[in-house]
Amino acid sequence: MNAIEKILAKHSEQDVVVPGDVVVVDVDVTVQFDHARPDVTRIANPEKLVLVHDHVVPAPTVQAANNAKRLREFVDRFDIPNYFPVGKHGISHVVVAEEGYALPGQILVNADSHTCSSGAMNCLARGMGPSEMLYILCKGQTWYMVGSTTKIVLEGQLPERVYPRDVIHYIPGQYGDFAGRNLEWHGDGLSTIGIDGRLTIATISAELSAEFSLFPYDDVLAEYLEGRAKWPFEPAHPDSDAEYEQTITVDLSSLEPQVVLPGKVAWNSKGVGEVAGQKVDQAFIGSCANGRLSDFAIAAEILKDRQVAPGTRMIVTPGSQEILKQAVKAGYVETMLEAGAVVTNSTCGACFGGHMGVLADDEVCITASTRNFQGRMGSPKASVFMGSPATVAASAVTGVITDPRDL
Amino acid sequence: MAKTFKGKVWKFGDDINTDLVIPGYAVLMTLEEQLPHCFSANRPGWVDEVQPGDVLLAGRNFGVGSARPIGDVLRGVGIIGVVAESFNGLGLRNCINAGLPPLPCPGILDAFDEGDTAEVDWTTGDVRNVTRGGSLHGDPIPEGLRDIVEHGGVEAVLRSEGYLAAQ
Repeated sequence: MNAIEKILAKHSEQDVVVPGDVVVVDVDVTVQFDHARPDVTRIANPEKLVLVHDHVVPAPTVQAANNAKRLREFVDRFDIPNYFPVGKHGISHVVVAEEGYALPGQILVNADSHTCSSGAMNCLARGMGPSEMLYILCKGQTWYMVGSTTKIVLEGQLPERVYPRDVIHYIPGQYGDFAGRNLEWHGDGLSTIGIDGRLTIATISAELSAEFSLFPYDDVLAEYLEGRAKWPFEPAHPDSDAEYEQTITVDLSSLEPQVVLPGKVAWNSKGVGEVAGQKVDQAFIGSCANGRLSDFAIAAEILKDRQVAPGTRMIVTPGSQEILKQAVKAGYVETMLEAGAVVTNSTCGACFGGHMGVLADDEVCITASTRNFQGRMGSPKASVFMGSPATVAASAVTGVITDPRDL
Repeated sequence: MAKTFKGKVWKFGDDINTDLVIPGYAVLMTLEEQLPHCFSANRPGWVDEVQPGDVLLAGRNFGVGSARPIGDVLRGVGIIGVVAESFNGLGLRNCINAGLPPLPCPGILDAFDEGDTAEVDWTTGDVRNVTRGGSLHGDPIPEGLRDIVEHGGVEAVLRSEGYLAAQ
C-alpha cells in the first residue's frame, strides 16, 4: 500500500484497502472555526477538538460577531482545552501546523476545503462540509472513498525566484484536475523544499480537486515537529511495492514562474512572461497558502527600497498572529509599510472576498492566496490572477504583472 | 427517498465551483437568504427560472472549491438530483450530506439538450433521456453511502439519534 492507503487501513482497522473501497475511519483531530452550533447535545472527543477564530477576525459584521460569540459559548459549555481566542487566532490550517496538532500518520478534519494543507505534515487531512463536521464532532468518525494515487516525483532544485507556489501552478496547467484522486509527493527535490513551501503545495492541492495530498515524513518534517508535536504519532511510509495509478516527474530546475489566469485552476496556467504587462489594481499576499513568514521574507526582499506603483494597492495578511509577531520582529512589516503596502491582522480576509481587500467591478488582482474563481475576491466583474508571493510583490512595484526575475 | 428522480434538465459546463453556487458575500447568510444568489455571477436570473423537481447536469469537476454546503442550496432552489461528468470530492460529499442524490456519469452533457427530461436511477446509475430517447450508465455512489442520502442528509441522521436538541 502507499502511505495514504496505509493511514486509511489503520484507521479503519483493516489489513488492506484498495482504490474503490469505502472506509469508515476514526478521526484523530477535529478542527472547527468561527462558529459552533448551540443545539449540539454531546460531543465525541473534546480533548482532540481544536477551535480557532479564523475566517473573519475581528468580526466585520453583526452576523460574524454573533457566530464568534456562539463559538466562545461552545468552548465554555464543553470545556474545550485547545482554543485560540481572538488575539491568539490565525487561519486554522496555519495554526494546526505551527502549534503541532497536525501530525504524521493521523487523520485530521476541518470544515474548510484547504484542510489538505496538513498533508505537508504527513497527516491525512481533507475538508468537510458543515453538516458532516457536525457528525464527526458528535460521533468521532467519518467515511472516505479510497481513490487511486498519483506519485509526483520532484527532482533537482528550483531556480532563483521560482517557488513551491509555481510548482503547484505548473502541475494543473500541464495535467488538469485530479478529481477523486490522491497525490503523494516524492523525490530528492523535496529535501530543498521547507515546511512552508510544502504547506503551500498541499494547500493548493485543493484547487487540483485532489482528495488527499500527502508529503513524506523525512528529516525536514522530523526537525519541524521536534518539540512542537502535541501528541505522540506514528508516521506513514509507503511500502516498497506500493501501487500508484501514474507517476509524474517534475524537474524543478526547469521551471519558471507560473501565473494562473482568472476563473479556474485546471488547464489554466502560463509562464509569467505570457501575461506580463497586464495592469493590476490590487496585489494580495496571504491565506493558508502563502501567509507564512517565508512569504513575508520573499515579499520584503522585493519591496525593500522600492514603492508600490501609483494606481496599485498592495495588501498583505499574515496567516496567524504568531507569524505577524515574527514578521514584525524580522523587520518585514516595516519594510512593507515603508513601500506603501497595507499589512493587516491575521485572518482569511481578502482571500475569500470577506473583508480587508474586496475587489470592485472590472478590477484586476494578482494574488498569492487560494482561488481565482469569478467573484471569489469581491465583484463578479473583477478578474483574479494567481502567482507566487515574489510575482505578486514584483507586480505591485511595477503596477503590471511582472516576472520577479526581471527586478 | 425514491431510487429514481425524473425532471427537466439544466446544463452547466466544466469546473462549476462552489463560489458560483454560494458567492463569498453570501457565506454568512442563512440558507433561505442564500438561495437568490445561486449562480448569480455565471447565470443571472436562473434562480427565477428553475422549478422544484428540476435536474442539474454539469461537466467535469463539479463542485470544485470550498466546503460551502452547495447541496443544501441546490436543494433549496428546487434541484432534485445532480448528474455530472465528474465531481470534486468535497462537492460530492456536500450533495450526499444534504440528501441530494449525485451521480457521476461520463458522457452526460452530450446525451441531453437543455430542457430535455431525464429519468435517473441514482442507485444503479441508469440514466434515460425521456425526450430524445437513448440511455447511458453512470457510476453510482457506493451502497454504504446511500443511506445518508435516503435519510435526507447527515443532519437528519444526527437528529434522529439524539445528538442535536429538538428544534
